[in-house]
Amino acid sequence: MGYAILGLLKKELLALLKDKKSRFVLIGPPIIQLLVFGYAATFDLNRVPIAIYNEDAGEASRELIARFAGARAFREAGRITRQAEIAQFINPKKALLVLHIGQEFSRDLSNHRPASIQLIIDGRNSNTALVALNYAQTIVADFNRSRAEEQRLPRPAACLEIRAWFNPNLASRWFIVPGIIGLLTLVVTMLVTALSVAREREQGTFDQLLVTPFTPLEILIGKALPGILIGLVESSFIILMAVYWFRVPFVGEIGALYLGIVLFLTATVGIGLMISSLATTQQQGLLGAFLFIVPSIILSGFATPIANMPEAVQTLTLLNPLRYFLVIVRGVMLEGLPMSLLVDQYWPMAVIGLTALALAGWLFRRRLY
Amino acid sequence: MTMSARHVPLSGPSARRLRLLGLIRKEFLQIRRDPSSIAIAFLLPLVLLILFGYGVSLDAKHVRVGLVAEKPGPETSDFLSAFEHSEYFQPILFTDQRAAREALARRQVSAIVRLRSDFARLALSGQSAPIQGIVDGVDANTARLVSGYMQGVWTQWLQRQGDQRAEESTQAVEMRQRIWFNPAVRSRDYLVPGLIAVIMTLIGALLTAMVVAREWDRGTLEALVATPVSVGEVLIGKLVPYYLLGMGGMALSMVMALYLFDVPLRGSLWVLLLTGTLFLLAALGMGLLISIVSQNQFVAGQVAIITTFLPAFILSGFIFDIGSMPPAVQAFTYLIAARYFVAILQTVFLAGNLWGVIVPNALALAAMAAVFLALAWRRMPRRLG
Repeated sequence: MGYAILGLLKKELLALLKDKKSRFVLIGPPIIQLLVFGYAATFDLNRVPIAIYNEDAGEASRELIARFAGARAFREAGRITRQAEIAQFINPKKALLVLHIGQEFSRDLSNHRPASIQLIIDGRNSNTALVALNYAQTIVADFNRSRAEEQRLPRPAACLEIRAWFNPNLASRWFIVPGIIGLLTLVVTMLVTALSVAREREQGTFDQLLVTPFTPLEILIGKALPGILIGLVESSFIILMAVYWFRVPFVGEIGALYLGIVLFLTATVGIGLMISSLATTQQQGLLGAFLFIVPSIILSGFATPIANMPEAVQTLTLLNPLRYFLVIVRGVMLEGLPMSLLVDQYWPMAVIGLTALALAGWLFRRRLY
Repeated sequence: MTMSARHVPLSGPSARRLRLLGLIRKEFLQIRRDPSSIAIAFLLPLVLLILFGYGVSLDAKHVRVGLVAEKPGPETSDFLSAFEHSEYFQPILFTDQRAAREALARRQVSAIVRLRSDFARLALSGQSAPIQGIVDGVDANTARLVSGYMQGVWTQWLQRQGDQRAEESTQAVEMRQRIWFNPAVRSRDYLVPGLIAVIMTLIGALLTAMVVAREWDRGTLEALVATPVSVGEVLIGKLVPYYLLGMGGMALSMVMALYLFDVPLRGSLWVLLLTGTLFLLAALGMGLLISIVSQNQFVAGQVAIITTFLPAFILSGFIFDIGSMPPAVQAFTYLIAARYFVAILQTVFLAGNLWGVIVPNALALAAMAAVFLALAWRRMPRRLG
């Protein structure tokens, strides 16, 4: 039996890799996408345009503006002299925010009265707006603190010091790049599996396969293994790039990560084959692939935290293998979580994988029309 | 039979119209035979918008925060009560730091606020009591929002203390913010319009990615080349039915955005529909090009999966700010049609008809549609080699 399966495996791999275009699609784009997305996908603001509207002539306002212009998050996009110009910068997105310092600013400060400044932010992307606001608040708080020190003002009754664990600089790249490992691995296994049975169904060769002496289990293994193998190779490559190119730390054990990868691949390959055996045409297979890929990525916690989702949707994410895998990749790479703390992530993927594979094998014979 | 053949000339405008109508009718018959196209146009936006509209939110709410009061007393509970009454936090009380740290490591809490045992003494005696805040930095975006909230709680507490001197040292400059277009900072209001662009990218490519490749696979392309129809007629015949389906899906998405998710529409609907047409033509053109170049459905399907969703999701500005990306990556985003449509959608929905944003982006969409369709026209086989 083992030898026969090897033949089947060889045929499946040939079907995938024989076509030059198909070979390129499997290898080229995931690598390019990791590079592009790794740099693109970040919530950190970097040189965001800020316009300055300063009506104050004093020293203090210049110092505050210098702090804004010098921050890595911001870049000065221009100076404004009239209220009406604010919209001319914000509306066409020439500036994400406008810092408005009124005429009384320096006088208020030197008279020990609260001096107020105004920040106008483009809220079309409300997350970017909140992050920018946060950076600005930090700059103002730093300004206040150093001014209090210079003037030897009494210290407040309590002072707050915040430290971030696991990611002291709050670089979201460390969070996002491990996430991209999961995304691309998912996409690659779908590329390999979602259309494979559908193609044979459409061309009629699947019927031929079913009448050979192979048992459905053997056919299932023959169809599943190439996906797992290609997924393993690609995900290993992507992890190497994440660590050596993007310099994401890897503090955990490799074994804990690879157990996760194998279980994740089993689950996604199982679902891909299930979609493929449900479909009678490749068009349907493609639709099925998208109906699986898109929700799994959006509801995985890749970009938006699962904790922010409503209860019902959170329950739905329990069916999503990517959700567990992301916890494993991030946990192992950034926090060094050991296998024992990841058991709750491993077993759901195993259950999903085995159920999906069993269903796919069952559908092989049932869906003959 | 010979009579009718004589009455139908093989050339001339009426014949062209007849051929075109025939091609469109044939495509509609195929759509009816495999209804997955109809599912793509209507089921996909329905499922995805409901899932995302309700599921996706960047607004951190009910963040589990561990509160450590090493020596509980009126001062500490006064400080910590601010966390208990905030809708952003879901506090869990600890009495020593070690248990709280363990909870953070096990991801049971995402932040810790620790008041040391000398908090009350230092705060009351005019000295400065240190408050230690720890956030789980793994999700940097949430961590940043949470530390912002923490700072807010702290400054409010200082204000409540009525400590005049403290006020001057921490609040000498106070910042007031006005967030334009979305004052309540509801993330759904910008995510839903952006999602329409992502979903329409999928629909456009999914509808057409298979249509020419399918004819390659089934050998019917040879038959088509043998008929007197021209390449342009074949392309128009493929485009019209899927354009109608796609616009149906787009209209459905917009109705859902307005009435199900209550996203305000400050611009006008006809701008949305007009720019939507341009975007859909670009998306359909890209699908057709994929289909023609791939020459079989398997590769066409793979290319469609790779080139549509993730680029539109990550590089369109739908969720990640394009301005913060490195210049080389920013240059790359100009190739993504969704980028222009996201800018138009977010502006027309939230800000209004700002022509300074709409016109350049619409022109870019028109240019992309023209390039894709021209390439499809050129690469469409005229004969079989």
